[in-house]
Amino acid sequence: MFLKKKQTFTDTTFLLTITISLFFIIYLLSIVFLGDKGFGKIQMFFNLFNENAALIVIACGLSVVMITGSIDISVGGSTALICTTCIVGLNKFGLNFTTSLLLALAIGLTFGAIQGFMVAYLEMQPFIVTLAGMFLGRGLVALIEVNQIQVSNPGFEELSGARIMIPFLGDINKKGMFIQSKLEYGVVVAIIIVILMFWFLKKTKLGRNFYAVGGNAQSALMLGINVKRTKFYAHLLCGLLAGIGGFLYLFHTRSGSVQQATGLEMDAIAASIIGGTLLTGGVGNIFGTLFGVLTSGTVLLVVTAIGSQDPWWSQITRAALLCFFIVLQSIICARKK
Amino acid sequence: MQEKVLSMKQINISFPGVKALQNVDFSLCEGEIHALMGENGAGKSTLIKVLTGVYKADSGEITMKGFEKPLHIKSPQDAQKAGISTVYQEITLCPNLTVAENLFIGRSEEFVVNWKTNNKRADEILKGLSIPAKATQQLSNCSIAAQQMVAIARAVDMECKVLILDEPTSSLDKQEVEKLFTLMRKLKARGVGIVFVTHFLDQVYELCDKITVLRGGELVGEYPIKDLSRVELVAKMMGKELDDLEEIEQEAQALVGKNKEVVLEVKGLASTSGIKPFDFTIHKGEVTGFAGLLGSGRSECVRAIFGADKVVKGNVRVKGEPVHVAAPIKAMKKGIGYLSEDRKGDGIVGDLSVRDNMILALQVMKGFFKPFTKTQAQAFAEEYIKLLGIKTASADTPISSLSGGNQQKVILARWLLTHPDYLILDEPTRGIDIGTKVEIQKLVLKLAAEGMSITFISSEIEEMLRTCSKLIIMRDLYVVGELNGEDLTQTKIMHTIAGGVSQNANQ
Amino acid sequence: MPTNKLKSISKHRLFVPIAFLVFLFFVNMIINPGFLKISMGSDSNGNPVLIGNIVNILTNATELVILAIGMTLVTSSSKGQDISVGATVAIVGGVIMRVLCGMETQPTTLHAPVVVALVLGCLAGIACGMFNGLLVAKFKIQPMVATLILFTAGRSIGSMAMGGLKPKAVSSFGYYGNFIPGFPIPTPILITIVVIIITAIVLKKTNLALYTKSVGINDKAAYLNGLNPNLIKFITFMILGLCVGIAGFVQASRVQTVNPYTIVPSIEMDVILAVALGGNSLGGGKFNMTGSIIGAYTIQTLTSMLTTLNVNTNAVPVFKAVIILVLVIIQTPIVKSFFHEHIQTAKLLKTQRKERA
Repeated sequence: MFLKKKQTFTDTTFLLTITISLFFIIYLLSIVFLGDKGFGKIQMFFNLFNENAALIVIACGLSVVMITGSIDISVGGSTALICTTCIVGLNKFGLNFTTSLLLALAIGLTFGAIQGFMVAYLEMQPFIVTLAGMFLGRGLVALIEVNQIQVSNPGFEELSGARIMIPFLGDINKKGMFIQSKLEYGVVVAIIIVILMFWFLKKTKLGRNFYAVGGNAQSALMLGINVKRTKFYAHLLCGLLAGIGGFLYLFHTRSGSVQQATGLEMDAIAASIIGGTLLTGGVGNIFGTLFGVLTSGTVLLVVTAIGSQDPWWSQITRAALLCFFIVLQSIICARKK
Repeated sequence: MQEKVLSMKQINISFPGVKALQNVDFSLCEGEIHALMGENGAGKSTLIKVLTGVYKADSGEITMKGFEKPLHIKSPQDAQKAGISTVYQEITLCPNLTVAENLFIGRSEEFVVNWKTNNKRADEILKGLSIPAKATQQLSNCSIAAQQMVAIARAVDMECKVLILDEPTSSLDKQEVEKLFTLMRKLKARGVGIVFVTHFLDQVYELCDKITVLRGGELVGEYPIKDLSRVELVAKMMGKELDDLEEIEQEAQALVGKNKEVVLEVKGLASTSGIKPFDFTIHKGEVTGFAGLLGSGRSECVRAIFGADKVVKGNVRVKGEPVHVAAPIKAMKKGIGYLSEDRKGDGIVGDLSVRDNMILALQVMKGFFKPFTKTQAQAFAEEYIKLLGIKTASADTPISSLSGGNQQKVILARWLLTHPDYLILDEPTRGIDIGTKVEIQKLVLKLAAEGMSITFISSEIEEMLRTCSKLIIMRDLYVVGELNGEDLTQTKIMHTIAGGVSQNANQ
Repeated sequence: MPTNKLKSISKHRLFVPIAFLVFLFFVNMIINPGFLKISMGSDSNGNPVLIGNIVNILTNATELVILAIGMTLVTSSSKGQDISVGATVAIVGGVIMRVLCGMETQPTTLHAPVVVALVLGCLAGIACGMFNGLLVAKFKIQPMVATLILFTAGRSIGSMAMGGLKPKAVSSFGYYGNFIPGFPIPTPILITIVVIIITAIVLKKTNLALYTKSVGINDKAAYLNGLNPNLIKFITFMILGLCVGIAGFVQASRVQTVNPYTIVPSIEMDVILAVALGGNSLGGGKFNMTGSIIGAYTIQTLTSMLTTLNVNTNAVPVFKAVIILVLVIIQTPIVKSFFHEHIQTAKLLKTQRKERA
């Protein structure tokens, strides 16, 4: 019965089902066992989105390159660069919200375009190229501003401080008052991007070409797809999304430093992998990536809630989660052969 | 009655050092299944690559029905546009996409894909050709045969007039092959011209109308299927006319029976490569051969003996002692050497020097902590460079910069250095010049006379006759005969390879 | 004739790193005319010590050289790089500090002999190497993805090993990263020399080089010659782990304390750069250990030059990222064949001209 069902499923749907169920199981278990640690609150659920909006967008970009069979580990570096550059621009050069957004997009696209060119047309290893990109991004931050800086631009701060009040949903605090749940505007952007990207990957020619190239580049070439251009576009798109994500990161934190967003690339890759994107390419789903972000976010909350205040557990847990899914994928792939 | 849909005239193409095709003609009619036959290096794949735009011919003309001028095919896309589609043995579709996507991807210019209409059309196509697959099914969940058929369906839907099937049946089982054939007959009825490349003789005689035989880059001839018996076909592929099959003197004959000591005995051996369980015995100082057409399983047999493919069944005895050959190192320690068929792919270690390539096997047997000194290694290298007459600037030259024949001699030296009791040579003469071929044959006989047991595999029967005292004949992954003594004649070998006694097409 | 040709090839292989090193020396001497000067001074305790820019470069390059040796082998066999070396140095440092200081922040004595700390540190490094090696060899994961796991977790694991404390060991532990009292040559230089000598002996007395290259160039052929490619990949990762252990030990001893989050920042980049600069293809296969070592010293010279020029430490990676990209671009087949064609045409024209003449 199970086997029969699996046959009509595509790989993508199969892995997506696993991820979504995993998320709900973990979250429900947390509510049951850790309800008193905040999991019972509705705001906790919304905070999961508030904290991870930037990561969701960046992880979407990572999914795209990974589906195409490539990778980009420069997103953390470019995010740090975007934050610092935009802050300097906002504070000293009179940029406003819109122009700083454009600046962020330009930085993201530049990274994507250069890396994409090297990977696609010069056939360089994506890992080496984007590793260099990662160090370049962080290094440039230090060239621009060594110290941690904050946004001091009233217009920007006002926008970034705004919240959407969710009607009818909320929690009752200790004094018995009803507090409406709040959602940041960044989350709305993230959700819109998830939906757009889902549509894009599912319904457009370029989106399907990403899958074809990642599934088997040689075949894709024989099927008449311009493989190099497709790879380039994948990196470009990833760069664009990293630009948007980086801006959301700034929108959320309003600060910038050299060490900012350290390990963000890892979180994004982990989210994609947990969400069912295969490292070998060709398989992946944007909703899976969304749930990948939420799952790893929840796991981190659980780790904190269980009571370990030691700062190292969060990174170690993330790595362990990533390791588990990488090995799982490797075993699944080996079985298939 | 039938119109010519494609004709290739006087095609010439050469690669550095090799004339891959010389004045080859080929023509195909509508609604015809045309077999393209030939052994290794015959030029089949080169001809197909010229036709599909992968290679550019140096000279020659390709004309197709519906085009006034000769075609200039520069890329696979050009070929597709002209109506020439190819389906390869390795399926060139994307396994992670659905069947419908594989049918339509890379063909439309629209930015947004309309899946509803695509899926509907795909189902119609699949139904029309009775292919057992659904449009929304992921391709990797279909059987290999169905995937093959989807690839064909794609080609047909692109309104191809010429369909090239390059060994499509190698990885299919009998039932799947039947289904594929039904599809091919259907297409034939629709008027598609099909070029069928295969090494299974049965399939050729079951399905084809005409046969074109190539050999060594030259056209041997085009024959209607009824005019060419199996044995004649085999003879032509191997470069013999049946009438002038004179008997080659067998220098090896004298050695038979002199020694009765069994060096290696194999019972019911089978490996993951798919060969059927086979038995094999070789005595001291004996030269045996595995004969059969390409893909018959001759290489797979020796690979199983050496442990190069994972053995799944059977047992091996070396000098009477049972051995479990789990990996090549086990076989090497028992005194077995193996020169592999694919020199480039798994023979040479490209960037390493001639010297390192020579000592590699012996060094591995000697052990990790006992490296040869440079002087020792140099002495070995110089000895064998001289002994085998290897043409190289020095022992330090990277092996990849040597010619094919000299590379092969280096690999041969590698195994001779280990002083094996039993040496397997899988196509040692492939792709090398005639002088070296003869040298290698002489060497084999000399080594055997000194007491080494040797298995020699070659696509050229003459070579095998000259060197071997016993031949194991293979067809379609089965051992179908063992010939020695009186029976060791070209005629007999060809008949055994072709299957059954001399007859016309068994229709 | 053949020996001549050989010479020209070996010259060519080391040409890039040496030329670059000479160039950097040249620039350094312009910036600081006293660059090459070595003099005898004394440290705060009045012990005689050697001082000078060259001495500093040789001392500071220790970790880089040691890691580059291991990385060269890993690159050769697995066709990829280990990006977790910086993070695993943090693990090793954490283990060593925990062994030496226990859970005290200012211990007055060492809790264990230094040898024990060194051995345990090396074991921790090897364990990390085995973890990476297992993922690469057994599970067939690309080296860079596999090592991404420890790249992320390593620094946190290092912090965990020390229980979140930042203890400072007694100054006698500092002998290995600085000076042994009364002996003027910095200990790290001696350690480097010992490691290089051991490496040379291992490469000469075992078949490590031959096996690694064979696996890296053509693992199918290596298998048919009786090698176990997976085992060899695994072993190279273990060797790199050992190198990480030694490097971590020297690093921890320098200031007798370890901050796992900032120790050897972005050293993985330097190490990969050293390997590439040494004339090794990052795509695996043939390797040149001497090149990697020279490459490591070249990188250290570059780093110290940038520091002299008052470039912020955090900004140094920018220059290195650019250099590594240039080096890799030159190595790509497309660019190579482009140059090759040009050289060929130039040669052809030359011969044609000669023939005409």
